[in-house]
Amino acid sequence: MNSRAFRRSAVAVAAFSASAIVLAGCAGGGGDQPSADPDEPITLTIATFNDFGYTDELLQEYMDENPNVTIVHNRAAESGDARANYFQKLGKEGLADIEAVEIDWFAEAMQYSDLLAEAPDSVKGRWLDWKEAAATDPDGRLVGFGTDIGPQGICYRSDLFEAAGLPSDREGVADLFDGNWENYLDVADQYKEATGKPMIDSANSVLQGIVNQIEYTYTEPDGTVIATENPDIQAAYDLVTERAVPNSAYAGQWSDDWFASMANGEFATMLCPGWMLGVIEGGAPEVTGWDIADVFPNGGGNWGGSYLTVPANGANVDAALALADWLTAPEQQVKAFTAAGTFPSQLEAYEDPALTDAVNPYFNDAPTGQILSTRAEAVTVAPYKDASYFKYHDALQNAVTRVFDGVEDQQTSWDTWVAEVEAF
Amino acid sequence: MTSTATRPTASGPAGRPSPERAPRVLSFSHKLSKWDLKLSPYLYISPFFIVFAIVGLFPIAYTAVISFQDWDLVRNSGEFVGFQQYIWILENPQFWTALRNTFSIFLLSTIPQLVLAIFIAAMLDRNIRAKTFWRMGVLLPYVMAPVAVALIFSNMFGDNHGLVNNILTDIGLQPIPWHKDPFWSHVAIATMVNFRWTGYNALILLAAMQAIPRDYYEAATVDGAGAFRQFTSITVPSLRPTLIFVIITSTIGGLQIFDEPRMYDNTGEGGAAQQWLTITLFLYNIGWREWNFGRAAALAWILFLIILVIGLINLLVTRRLVRDEGGRGVVSPRKKGFRR
Repeated sequence: MNSRAFRRSAVAVAAFSASAIVLAGCAGGGGDQPSADPDEPITLTIATFNDFGYTDELLQEYMDENPNVTIVHNRAAESGDARANYFQKLGKEGLADIEAVEIDWFAEAMQYSDLLAEAPDSVKGRWLDWKEAAATDPDGRLVGFGTDIGPQGICYRSDLFEAAGLPSDREGVADLFDGNWENYLDVADQYKEATGKPMIDSANSVLQGIVNQIEYTYTEPDGTVIATENPDIQAAYDLVTERAVPNSAYAGQWSDDWFASMANGEFATMLCPGWMLGVIEGGAPEVTGWDIADVFPNGGGNWGGSYLTVPANGANVDAALALADWLTAPEQQVKAFTAAGTFPSQLEAYEDPALTDAVNPYFNDAPTGQILSTRAEAVTVAPYKDASYFKYHDALQNAVTRVFDGVEDQQTSWDTWVAEVEAF
Repeated sequence: MTSTATRPTASGPAGRPSPERAPRVLSFSHKLSKWDLKLSPYLYISPFFIVFAIVGLFPIAYTAVISFQDWDLVRNSGEFVGFQQYIWILENPQFWTALRNTFSIFLLSTIPQLVLAIFIAAMLDRNIRAKTFWRMGVLLPYVMAPVAVALIFSNMFGDNHGLVNNILTDIGLQPIPWHKDPFWSHVAIATMVNFRWTGYNALILLAAMQAIPRDYYEAATVDGAGAFRQFTSITVPSLRPTLIFVIITSTIGGLQIFDEPRMYDNTGEGGAAQQWLTITLFLYNIGWREWNFGRAAALAWILFLIILVIGLINLLVTRRLVRDEGGRGVVSPRKKGFRR
């Protein structure tokens, strides 16, 4: 036997005996039974996107409490990447033990609720009613652990408001916008008259704000499509195209132009869910005039928020459920809020001083914890969103954009939308 | 008459085996070398075809199966619906808009690109200093990732704060509605394509130009033809086969254009009124935004057929031109020179 062949077989023997030792070590747990031994060392993977506020310190805390657990955290850049990954692998293999799902595509995920593990009974009642109800499937199984929600206030530029002769302090602005959407748009007209500039950042965020206050928008729970016949939607579209479009700087958000505009005072207000505060601060770090008022047209509105789900065919379902339970407990969610501004969806968290006393220095030391809590309490409607919601809403946003761009007039654009919906 | 001709032989005429004789049994090694001769070439090229069958042919066939089904990606199952998906695509006005956009962007990118590429190649073909530097230089944009190119150009073509519109307004012109008007959005996207591919095509054309015998040019110079005349009468006709290759590759690439329109705005849906929706972008939106893989597969097949038809047209045109080459192509300088 020459030396290379000898070496090779030596390696093989070593590898074999090593795995035999490992297997022997695991034998106590017994082949297929999941974690009969609670102290068995396991690795849990958790996949999130953007910033959930799950810092290394937070995860380390759990690992210290449970020495047998090692947590691996994978963060996708944005929720679209996570969505593609989720649906490609759900029902097959390869998902993380815990997968984050954004509210926009949560309804799509709920179609496959039978592929997700059920949350333990002990966690029920932890969340806001509507947050928990959306994660409960028709069979009564709770399959999502709510993380954050997006209660909205109004962010405004106090310096621009002052220049336009409008009230600029937080309370004065809250009084100014107290009322319905017409009132909000009246102020926009006033602002435009004084400055010649649009007050609102984008027409489609107004549409989003209105639509999120309608319970049945495009479909009804029995599957009936009401999109184009729904008078509420028609009214929202008319209001937005007639009055918000001339008062908006952009058709929609998230374009390069829109990001650039946050710093240069092209507009003075934005509808602001908690997570938007970080976006504004990131887009205009030099600007000092931004502030947030404790008010929202027509009451309260929720925009965004996420869930954690545990795929049922994972290797460590029980341990993953325990970790998801821990991560979405009020104490941990408050820590995530402190780290990333994700506003908790857990009732108990709203009494935590770390949340209620939170102030945001960038927004002129606004008591954001207090303001967003009030805004969350003002949310009364949880819009019904099924798996096709995104498709309809996207098409309606395009209709508004066409009017904004002057490509089509109000009626033509509506007709185009109707034709598009019929083609779905 | 020689004695050899009449000499009786036992085994018939020399050199010609008798027809009754049984065929000689080949030894194993002989057989092996015979197989080697016959089979080896196929074995040597087989890895490509095996890999192609797995990663190319199988997906194509599978796509065809899915295109007749109402497919659920997650549960990996479908329900047979016949040609319903195809009908849905062909009846959808967005498909026809996408088809129009694709061809418009294709024309706007291919024509200026080829004209520019020939010009650049002709310049590089001259005696210039630091030849390699310039030749590598024109290839640089090709090395850049298309997404990076698209990001930079999208920024330049911003409606309100883009570089191009800023310059236009600074010199007192009207800003261009890059994201509103279909034509201008096609121009912007075609610019990105041209930026990336002009240098690549220029190098291919340059290689072809260098293969043109220098005698032609010498003879033309003797005849008193100027640089422009030499270019139009010698260079361009000689480039014909290469040009056809370049046209075919850019046709296939142009019909599948995706990265640039996808990155042209932040949603990647091709515009609110489908101003810059291309066929592949439409396919992507159906497949990866709506998870409707049945329809996406049907559209993929329709795109395949479109490319096939255009490929066939290309082939026919190519055949004609190549056959013509002797007659209408390059006129031999000898013939031309001595005719006077």
